[in-house]
Amino acid sequence: MSHKLLTGQPVSRIEGQQKVTGAARYAGDYHVPELLYGYVVNSTITKGKILEIDTEQIKAIKGVIEVFTHKNRPSLAWFDLQYADMDAPPGSPFRPLQNADIKYNGQPIALVVAETFEIARYAASIMAVRYEEQHFFTDLESNKGKARDPKKGLATFLKPLPAKPKGDFGKAFHNAAAQVSAEFIHAAEHHNPIELFATTTVYEEDGKLTIYDKTQGTINCQLYVGNVFGLHYKNVRVISPYVGGAFGSGLRPQYQLFMSVMAALQLKRSVRVTLDRQQMFTFGHRPPTIQQTRFAADSQGKVTALGHEAVAETSQHEDYTEVVVNWSNMLYPAPHTSFDYKLVPLDVFSPLDMRAPGGVTGMHAIESSMDQLAYQLKIDPLALRLINYTDFDVTADRPYSSKELRECYVQGAEKFGWSKRTPEPRSMRRGHKLVGYGMATGIWEAMQVLARVEAVMTAEGKLEVSSAITDIGTGTLTVMTQIAADELGLALEDVTFCYGESQMPFAPVQGGSFTVSTVGAAVKAAGKALRKKLLKKAGNMPGSPLKSVSEKEVVFERGGIILKSNQNVIVYFKDIVAAEKKKVIKTTNTGVPNVFKLKNYTRAAHSAAFVEVEVDEELGTIQVTRAITAVAAGNIINPKTARSQILGGMVWGISKALFEETISDHRFGKYMNQNLAEYHIPVHADIHELDVIFVEEKDDIVNELGSKGIGEIGLVAMPPAIANAIYHATGKRFNQLPIHFDQLL
Amino acid sequence: MQTVSTGLKPDVHLTNSRIISLHVNGVPRIADVAPWVSLLDALRDHLDLTGTKKGCDHGQCGACTVLCDGKRILSCLTLAVMKEGAEITTIEGIAQDDVLHPLQKAFIENDAFQCGYCTPGQICSAIGMLSEGKANSRAEVKELMSGNLCRCGANTNIIDAIMEVKNARL
Repeated sequence: MSHKLLTGQPVSRIEGQQKVTGAARYAGDYHVPELLYGYVVNSTITKGKILEIDTEQIKAIKGVIEVFTHKNRPSLAWFDLQYADMDAPPGSPFRPLQNADIKYNGQPIALVVAETFEIARYAASIMAVRYEEQHFFTDLESNKGKARDPKKGLATFLKPLPAKPKGDFGKAFHNAAAQVSAEFIHAAEHHNPIELFATTTVYEEDGKLTIYDKTQGTINCQLYVGNVFGLHYKNVRVISPYVGGAFGSGLRPQYQLFMSVMAALQLKRSVRVTLDRQQMFTFGHRPPTIQQTRFAADSQGKVTALGHEAVAETSQHEDYTEVVVNWSNMLYPAPHTSFDYKLVPLDVFSPLDMRAPGGVTGMHAIESSMDQLAYQLKIDPLALRLINYTDFDVTADRPYSSKELRECYVQGAEKFGWSKRTPEPRSMRRGHKLVGYGMATGIWEAMQVLARVEAVMTAEGKLEVSSAITDIGTGTLTVMTQIAADELGLALEDVTFCYGESQMPFAPVQGGSFTVSTVGAAVKAAGKALRKKLLKKAGNMPGSPLKSVSEKEVVFERGGIILKSNQNVIVYFKDIVAAEKKKVIKTTNTGVPNVFKLKNYTRAAHSAAFVEVEVDEELGTIQVTRAITAVAAGNIINPKTARSQILGGMVWGISKALFEETISDHRFGKYMNQNLAEYHIPVHADIHELDVIFVEEKDDIVNELGSKGIGEIGLVAMPPAIANAIYHATGKRFNQLPIHFDQLL
Repeated sequence: MQTVSTGLKPDVHLTNSRIISLHVNGVPRIADVAPWVSLLDALRDHLDLTGTKKGCDHGQCGACTVLCDGKRILSCLTLAVMKEGAEITTIEGIAQDDVLHPLQKAFIENDAFQCGYCTPGQICSAIGMLSEGKANSRAEVKELMSGNLCRCGANTNIIDAIMEVKNARL
C-alpha cells in the first residue's frame, strides 16, 4: 500500500486529548517546590516621577519576602540594543524598574514577592506610593497636529512605509466622474487572550534558569533574558509548549518575564509572576488610528485615483508602525495615488502587533470607500471589484505569484446568495427587522523568513523533528507533523514534532501568518536531507539491494526505502540506523526563502467576505446572522485547523466591527474598561452562521509547500463587509468602529 | 502636583490558614488554606489540579468553571473554605478510566478549541448546562453557554460539539 499524503487531510489536533482533559500545562501551571509568588504594582498616574514608595510597611507583613522597586533592583544592561527583542520597533525599548520616571498609566513600578499568591496580592494592593505628576497627552484626535513621519529601523524592512505619490492625484481626483471622501476612526484594542500573562522561573540548583513563559517566541525571550541580565544563553532555557492564545501580545517579552527572572536571580528561588486581567491592559495594544480616504472612479467604475492617509498613535519611546495605507493600490490598479502614514507620540505604552496589524485597519477604510463608490456609480459592489480586478501588482511592478481572488468572489457570492440582494438601502426586511447584505475584499502578504529544523531517525525507525517554534493554538504541532510524515512516507503516529523550547533549532517569533511557510519549509529541507542520508547509508549496508541506487529509483514509505522497480525490496529505517551502530541518524537544516525566484512576484493571500446583518431599528441591535469567507491561500495543509483559523478571524472581525474597544478617559490618561465585563468580545449568543470556503489555488513560486499563511486573512475583510451590510440595511454609513447601537438610534 | 495612592494598614490576621477537606474527582483531599484562598487557587496551587484555568479571577470569563455537587460554578468567585465537604469535579475528573467523555471526544472531533485555555471551563460548563435541562434549542444552548468566553473564536465549533452530544442523548 502506498503512502497516502497526510498534508491536505483534516487531521484532528494531535494535542487534543491534553487540551480536553486539563493535562496541557501553560506557563502558570507548573508545579514547582518552594515556589514564591510575585505580584506587580502599577502606576496610578500617567506621567511624572515616583517620589517615594513605602516598602517597609508591607515588608513587615508575615509571608512577604521582598519588594523590588527601581531603588533596589539589580544593576542591568546599559544599552537599548540589549533590551531590543526580535519585534522591537525603532526607538528605546521600555525598561521595567529603570528609574523613578513614569511614562504611562499602568507602568509596572514594583514587584512584591511573597510565600503565597494571596499575600503578594494583598501586600501589592496596600502599597503606598507618592508621585510628582506632570502634564500628559494621551488623546490622538486632539493631538493630530503633532503627527510626524515614523523613524526608520529594522522593522521598516518587514513593514514598508507608503509608496511615493504617483501620477497627478489632485487633478485626477478632482476631475473624476465619481468621488468619495471619508474619515475612519478606530479606538485602541487589547489582545486579551484568555490566558493571563505568566512566567514561572525555576531557579535550578546550579543557578541555571528554566523559564516557563507565555510567549510567541521562545528564542526571542531567551535572548532578551540573556542580554538584559548578563547571563549566558545556554543557562537560560525558555519553554512554552502550550500558549493560551496570544494574537500578537506574545511577540515581545512582556514585563512579567523580566520581573519573574529578576526576582529568581536575586532571591535564588523559583518565582512565578502572573498578571491580572487589569494588567493585561498595560503592555501593548492595537493603536488608535484616524484615516482619511479619497477614492475616485470614471463613469464605467474604473478606479482612477486612490488617496489614503493614516495618523496613528505611538509611545514617546518607540515608533511602532503598521502597514495601513499600502493595500488599496495592490488590489485596484489606479494610475494616480497619494498615500501617507504618520505617527503621533503620546504618553502611552508602545502599541503592539495585534492580529492582522494595519491590514484590518486599512481594509476597513478601503473597502468601505469602495462600497460608497459603488453606490455613487450605481454599480453592484461585487461588480465594481471585478471591473477593477488585476493579476498584476502595480505597486511593485510585478505579477502575483498566484491570485484566485476572482474565484473567492464567484464561489462566495454563489454560496451566500448575493444575487438575491436588492441594491437599494433599506429594501430588504425580515419581519420587523431590516436586513442588509455587504461584502468586502481581504488581502494579506504571504511571507517566509528563516528557520532551522532538526530531523532524527530513531533506532525504532521513527521520525523526530524539532524546532523552537511555539503553537499558540494555530495548529502548528499538527500541521508540522503532517508535513514531516509525508517527507518520509510515515504514519502520523510514527512522527513526533518537538517544539516550544529555546534550546531547539532556531525559529523566529510566531506571527505575521508566516509560521507554516517558514517552519514548514525547514521541515521539508530537513526531510530531504534525511532521505538523502538514509539512502546513502542504506546503499552502504553489506549486500544492500540499494547500492548505487539514486533517489529517483526509490520511494520512502512503510517505514523504509522501497525500490520502485521491485516493490518487494525494502530496507527498513530501523535497520539502516542499526547498521550504523549509532543510536540515531540526524540532520539539521535551514528553510530559506528562494529570494531570486520571489523577487519577481508579489505573494499574498486573498479573501472575499459576504455578510448578512439584521438590524432592529427600534432597539438599535445589530446581529451578523450569516457570514461566508472565501479564501485563496495556496495549498491548505490541514483543512480542519485552517477552517478554524478562518472562523476565528471572522469572529475577530465581528468583534472589531461591533464589540471591542479600549476606552480612554483622557482627563486621567487611563483606560477605563480594563476587564472582560466591560471590554466586550462576542459571546456564544452573538455568533451565528459562519462558513468558510477555500478556493483551489496552485502556487509553485511562494515556497516549496505552495502555502500562504491564514492567521490574519480571515479577519481583514469582515469589518468592512459588516459596515457595508449595515449601510445596506439602514442607509446609514458608520465609519467609526465599533458600531454601537446608540449610533443607530 | 503630588498624588498619593495609598493603601490601608496591613491586617496581619488574614494569613491564618485552616485545614479543609474536599472530595475532588472522587478522591478525598485535604488542603491547608487561608480563608481568602479561592477554590480556583486551592485547586491550582494547593492540589496541583491546574486543568482549571484562571482567565480573569472576577467571574467574567468562565475559564475556571468546575462542577460542585453536580452544578457548574465559577471557582474564582468561591472561597475554598465555603466548600468544606463538597463534591468537586474538575476537568481532570471528566474522563473515566482514561475513556473520554462524549463531550471531550466531540470537542476534539469538531475542533472546538484552538489554544485550549478556555476549553476546561467550556466542557465543565457544558456538562453542567446539559444536566440543568433548560436548553432545548441551539439558540438556548448558545445563550446558556455565553458565560464562557473563547477568544480564539471557536464559538461555532464549540456549539456544534455540544449540540452533537445533546442530540445523541435525545
